[in-house]
This record gives sequence, structure tokens and C-alpha cells, in this order.
Amino acid sequence: MSLSATKFVHPITTPPTSRSSDKPLFSTFFGSNHTKLRFNKPIVAAQRRSSSAASTSFSPVVAVSSDVVKEKKLKSASNLLITKEEGLVLYEDMILGRFFEDMCAQMYYRGKMFGFVHLYNGQEAVSTGFIKLLKKEDYVVSTYRDHVHALSKGVPAREVMSELFGKATGCCRGQGGSMHMFSKEYNLLGGFAFIGEGIPVATGAAFSSKYRREVLKEPGADEVTLAFFGDGTCNNGQFYECLNMAALWKLPIVFVVENNLWAIGMSHLRATSDPQIWKKGPAFGMPGVHVDGMDVLKVREVAKEAIERARRGEGPTLVECETYRFRGHSLADPDELRDPAEKAHYAGRDPITAFKKYLFDNKLASEQELKAIDKKIDELLDDAVEFADESPLPPRSQLLENVFADPKGFGIGADGKYRCEDPKFTQGTAHV
Amino acid sequence: MLRAIRHKSIHPAFCAFRAFSSAAKEMTVRDALNSALDEEMSADPKVFLMGEEVGEYQGAYKITKGLLDKYGPERVLDTPITEAGFAGIGVGAAYYGLRPVVEFMTFNFSMQAIDHIINSAAKSYYMSAGQISVPIVFRGPNGAAAGVGAQHSQCYAAWFAACPGLKVLTPYSSEDARGLLKAAIRDPDPVVFLENELLYGELFPVSAEVLDSSFCLPIGKAKIEREGKDVTITAYSKMVGYALKAADILAKEGISAEVINLRSIRPLDRSTINASVRKTNRLVTVEESFPQHGVGAEICTSVVEESFGYLDAPVERIAGADVPMPYAANLERMAVPQVEDIVRAAKRTCHRSVPLAATA
Ligand SMILES: Cc1ncc(C[n+]2csc(CCOP(=O)(O)OP(=O)(O)O)c2C)c(N)n1
Ligand SMILES: [Mg+2]
Repeated sequence: MSLSATKFVHPITTPPTSRSSDKPLFSTFFGSNHTKLRFNKPIVAAQRRSSSAASTSFSPVVAVSSDVVKEKKLKSASNLLITKEEGLVLYEDMILGRFFEDMCAQMYYRGKMFGFVHLYNGQEAVSTGFIKLLKKEDYVVSTYRDHVHALSKGVPAREVMSELFGKATGCCRGQGGSMHMFSKEYNLLGGFAFIGEGIPVATGAAFSSKYRREVLKEPGADEVTLAFFGDGTCNNGQFYECLNMAALWKLPIVFVVENNLWAIGMSHLRATSDPQIWKKGPAFGMPGVHVDGMDVLKVREVAKEAIERARRGEGPTLVECETYRFRGHSLADPDELRDPAEKAHYAGRDPITAFKKYLFDNKLASEQELKAIDKKIDELLDDAVEFADESPLPPRSQLLENVFADPKGFGIGADGKYRCEDPKFTQGTAHV
Repeated sequence: MLRAIRHKSIHPAFCAFRAFSSAAKEMTVRDALNSALDEEMSADPKVFLMGEEVGEYQGAYKITKGLLDKYGPERVLDTPITEAGFAGIGVGAAYYGLRPVVEFMTFNFSMQAIDHIINSAAKSYYMSAGQISVPIVFRGPNGAAAGVGAQHSQCYAAWFAACPGLKVLTPYSSEDARGLLKAAIRDPDPVVFLENELLYGELFPVSAEVLDSSFCLPIGKAKIEREGKDVTITAYSKMVGYALKAADILAKEGISAEVINLRSIRPLDRSTINASVRKTNRLVTVEESFPQHGVGAEICTSVVEESFGYLDAPVERIAGADVPMPYAANLERMAVPQVEDIVRAAKRTCHRSVPLAATA
């Protein structure tokens, strides 16, 4: 791909820099110290029919670690990025995500859950690296691939599993399903099944924080919103519209792209004119960062800076995480188009295996400690499945509930009761 | 539940094929759509396909299988996920003489392209005083699917049918799928072609005429799938199968139901519907979508306007529940019409002793 003579202008702080495709590009992350983190070049699937697809390859790009991290590094004698406690929290969250999704696959094949079930295997470092840095008040907006974001945000596994089983004890009482997880308590705002749809909603959540702080003068309103979405979604107009408005209004949001290189069977390289998504950030006046999404510590480092920047009121950041999904797009996807060599390459970069190694190498955890966590999560999930299985189905009366916050005039009889509670309801038509 | 019913159903539609000389072959709806696309592409080089996953993936539901190999990436275009963009590009291409067939992976996603369907496609011929016609087809699965929740499970027939400038087709069988898709591609106006995911795998008998590459069905003409004399049941898409099933059950109880497969929601074949009601004097409308301002409402109005004096019973309207589609399987079943609902309603129109359900 020819990127020569592209002018790279950072809108906020730095003077224009020009670069050519073979020079590493320094992102101009706020407070950056320009530490280079190089990433493996993703394998480019053989272009089968390349009428329009250019034979693109990623130029080396650089994510930047923050002064905050640097400072901490200097203070810490061992030069480690995390404490033991933090390490165990991250490990546990990634294991929870992985095991939960494996359990979902089993339950789907046993007919306990249905429809489209999109699993997150392989991408755990992104959810964990970002969400574990949030406060409960912060917002997360996700897509149809949302189970693990929900779990990282703290929604109990029981509630997520039960939702997937379509039971009344689910986090949305069985009304939402796999693609529509919501939790007001944990500030998980969805669960959006349409491409791009979550991005404006997330931007609106960020807008509300700013509004509450600046217009309603609520001093504590410093929540940050994280919007998670995929590479394929970055070709949708809503993405660009929101980058613009978020930068224009300096909203406290981080746009987190989980670039797993594929949108169902559409390779990222066939779908987009310039595959470097992070570059769109500077184009709209915000920092853009590319990070190894298979490395939870690198993700965390970048996340920390972006979240703190948002919280300080300095505006949005675009972060592109290079990651990979280890399963098909959904459990219904035959997954025939991805090159086995590519799959093997990323399997070799399994974020959990890599993090385990980091913990061992740095004597942050022992084999037994991690085994104990695995066991704890296994038990937690057995409990979640049992809970979901034994939970009641949503009662018939639930059918008409929650359509309106004020349901007067809709499905409510003269006696104030929902019409479907009327014994005659099922004698007739399904409509009410 | 939906699936169970679907697999069990044996299509009484078979008898309706007597109009054709032979019914030797069977074909799935999927193959019917695929062969129609194939034949129209081979007949007219101006026809091209675009949409998400229509090429290398062979279609999210495999409707476009093999077409990339046969016609190449210039005529079978995999698009990025940008409905507003590619629908608009399709419209622009149609303005200037091409015949795009735009696939929405499901019609739910057409909501992101609705500006181009309504404002760019449907209104241009009028706004330009007949200078610019827009021969485009928007096609894809529509209606309730199974277990996918509120955003992926909705019928848009009434939405599009409310819009002047659009033709809206709803095939049920393989014959419909072939004949109507060919008609849509050849038509000079924008056509919204609403398929049903749960029907794709169904086998229907097809005659030699249907298999002929010249086969084409008229737009705006309903089909009487089953003749009867006691009650008229109108339905479209998957609900035609349910109505036929209900007619079987009713027949055992001595009620002869006439089942009308609407095929086209806009234009609506008012004369076929009214002629049938004038014969049976009773009407049950069936649709999967929301009751308010729906297809059934339009049909009821037409019958009240044109055949009021012929009605022996209040019309019955069967529709989906007036709620977004719930995910839980038990609630989902309650939210969409079932064969039993049609049977009950038809009986009510015939014997007034059956108590009316609480009316809307
Ligand atoms: C508006 C819209 N169009 C199409 C789809 C169908 N669809 C679901 S997921 C998907 C691919 C998304 O890819 P990406 O954004 O890379 O996310 P990933 O699935 O890889 O996490 C598509 C096309 C949709 N959900 N919404
Ligand atoms: Mg992707």
C-alpha cells in the first residue's frame, strides 16, 4: 500500500509531520513518551479475487505508553507494569470471559440458548485491559458480541447466563437475549445488534456526562464512556459522524476498535481503503493509537491514558486493538474463509497464554494460584448454568410489559391490568 | 416452536399447482431465488448484485451461491458494512441505466438505508416528472426469525407498502420466488423484495413452466392457493403456509377456507380479495407484523369500502403482538401468529357462538 507523502497532521499539539510507509509512525498521544511497541504484521490472506482489493500490508505503527506508566515503572524496583493483585484480577477476568464463552458454545449445542450467539474467544485482553480500569459509574456500550464486556463490567455471570437461556432471572428478564445485554446497575448500555448503532449511543452517554458536569453543575459527573466495536464497523458512516462530534465537543469517550481482521467473511483488507483505523483519530482531531490487542498489559497501558485523558475533560481518543477471534463469527458461521495459517498465527498469540507466561516469568503468580482461579471460575460457571437452568421462564404477563415507561393506553385494559392477563387473551388473535 | 411447525408442515399448496401441466420437480426457495438471479444476470449484463457477503461468502444465507464464480467480482460486489452508502450507490447506478439488485443481509439493516429507499429511489421518477426511472431491487430476508430478539426479528411489509413509488413483493413458495424476483429485476421501478429466512430451505413443487427461463409473474396479482367457500384467509410470505395449514384443519371440521397468497403488498390485488370475500362473506387477515396500520388494516378497509354489504361477520385480523420481539422462546411464540390463532379466528367468523377474544 502506498502511503508515501501522506501528510500527517496532528490537530491538537504537534506540528505536521510527513512520513513514508516504511518509517514507524509516532502517534501523538497526549503526554506520550514515544515508547515503541511494534506489532507483528497481520498475515494477509491470499487475495482470491482482487479486482478492487489492493494488496495491502500494514506499515509498522507505534503505540505510545504514557508518562503515568513510565513514572510508575521508575518507582517500581522490579520495573513491572502491574502488582501481583492487579495481575490476578486481570487473569481472572480473562479466564472468566474465555470459560464463559466456551460454556455458551456447549449450551448452544445443547439447545439451551438460541438464535445468533457471537463469542468473544481470543479478544479477552481488550475487554479486560479496558474495562477493569473503569469505575462502576463509567459506561460501556457494546455490540452483539457483548457477553464478555458485560462480565468485565461486573454483571454477574448468573444474570448473563440466565438471559441467554431466555429466563426471567436474566439481566433483561429474557427479553433481550445474547445480542442485547443491558444493565443499569453496572452502566452497561447495550447490547446493540446493528453495525455502528452503539457508537452514537455511546457518544450520547459521554455527552450526558459532560452536560451534567457543565450545565447541571454536578461536580462528580466525571464518568467516561467506552464504545466497543469491530473493524467492519469502521466502514460505517456513524463511526465518522461520531468521531467528529466527540472531538468537536471534547466528549469523555474512548472509541475502542477491536480489529479482529474480519467482519463475518469479509476481510478487513478487502473492505476498507486504508486499513489503519487508528489513523482516522487525528483526522478528526483526536489521538489515534494502535495497540497489540493480544497483550493485556499493552492494552491496559493505552487504556489508562485514554480513560484518564477523557476524565480530565481533554476529549476523546481512538484506540485500535489488533486482535483475533478464535471462533467463527457466530456459532452459526461455518468459518470457511479464514486461512488456517492465519488462525494458527493468532492462536500462537493467545492473550491468556501470553499473560500467564508474563505472570510466571515475573514471579507474580504461581501455577497453583492460577489453577485455583481456573477452578473458581469453573465452579462459578457451573453455578451460573444451574441457576439459569432452574430459573423460571418469563410468565405470559411479561409479554406486554416494558413496551412503554408509561403504558397507559397500550395493552392495558380498563381495569388497569395488562390485556394478556385476561383469560380470553389466548382465545383470540395474537394482537392486543 | 416456529421451526417445529415449519418442518411438520406438508404443503397443501401442492394442489394449487394443477394450473400447470406437470409438478414433477421440487425446488427450495433458496434455489428458486438463486436461479432467478442467475438467469436474469445472464440475460442482461446491466444486472449486477451488491451487498454484504454476497460474493466470497456466497451470501449470508447462500442465496447468491456460485454467482461470484460465474459472473466475477465486477458484477457480484462484496460491500463494506455501510447500508446507507451502498443502497445509495445502487440507486445512483439505477438512475444511469444499470439494474442493481441490492441485498440486505436482513431487512432489519435496511433501516440504515431507508433514506435512499424512500427518498432517492421511490420519489425520483415523480420528482423528475418521469425523466429518471429507478429500476432497482432491494432484496433480503424479512420478518420474524427464530431466537434473535427484537432488533433482528421484524416484518417491514407495511412500512414499505405505505410509501408511494415503491412496489413491495412478498414471495411464499419457490414458484413465487422465481417468478416475482424475475419480474422485480425486469421492472422499471424500485421494488422491495421481502423474503423469509425460515422459508429458504423449504421444498416446493415446481412445474416445467416455472423452471423455464422465460417464467415471470405479474406484479400486483394475488394467487388463490386454495379455493373455498366459507371464509377467505389472506396471508403473505411465511403466513401463507400457516393459513394453508389452518385451512386443512378447518376442512376436517367442515369449514371450507379460501386461502389467498397476496404475493404483492403494493400494488395490492384488491379485486381478487374482494371477489373472494363476496363469495365467502367472511374474512380473516393474517400477517406476522404489528397490528396497527398494517397490511391487514389496509385489506379490511378495502373490503369495508367495496364489499361491506357482503360481510356476514366482523373481519378478523391476526397479527403479531404489539411489542418488540422478545428473545425468550416461550414469549416469542406468543408474539407471533400461530396456526391455532388462524383456526380459531376462522371458526369465529363462521359460528358466532365461539366467544370473541377481547377486542383490540
Ligand atoms: C447495519 C447492519 N448491517 C449488517 C449487519 C450484519 N452483521 C452483523 S456482525 C457483522 C460484521 C461485523 O464485523 P466487525 O465490525 O468487524 O465486528 P466483529 O463481528 O468482527 O466483532 C455484520 C455485517 C448488522 N448487524 N447491522
Ligand atoms: Mg471484525
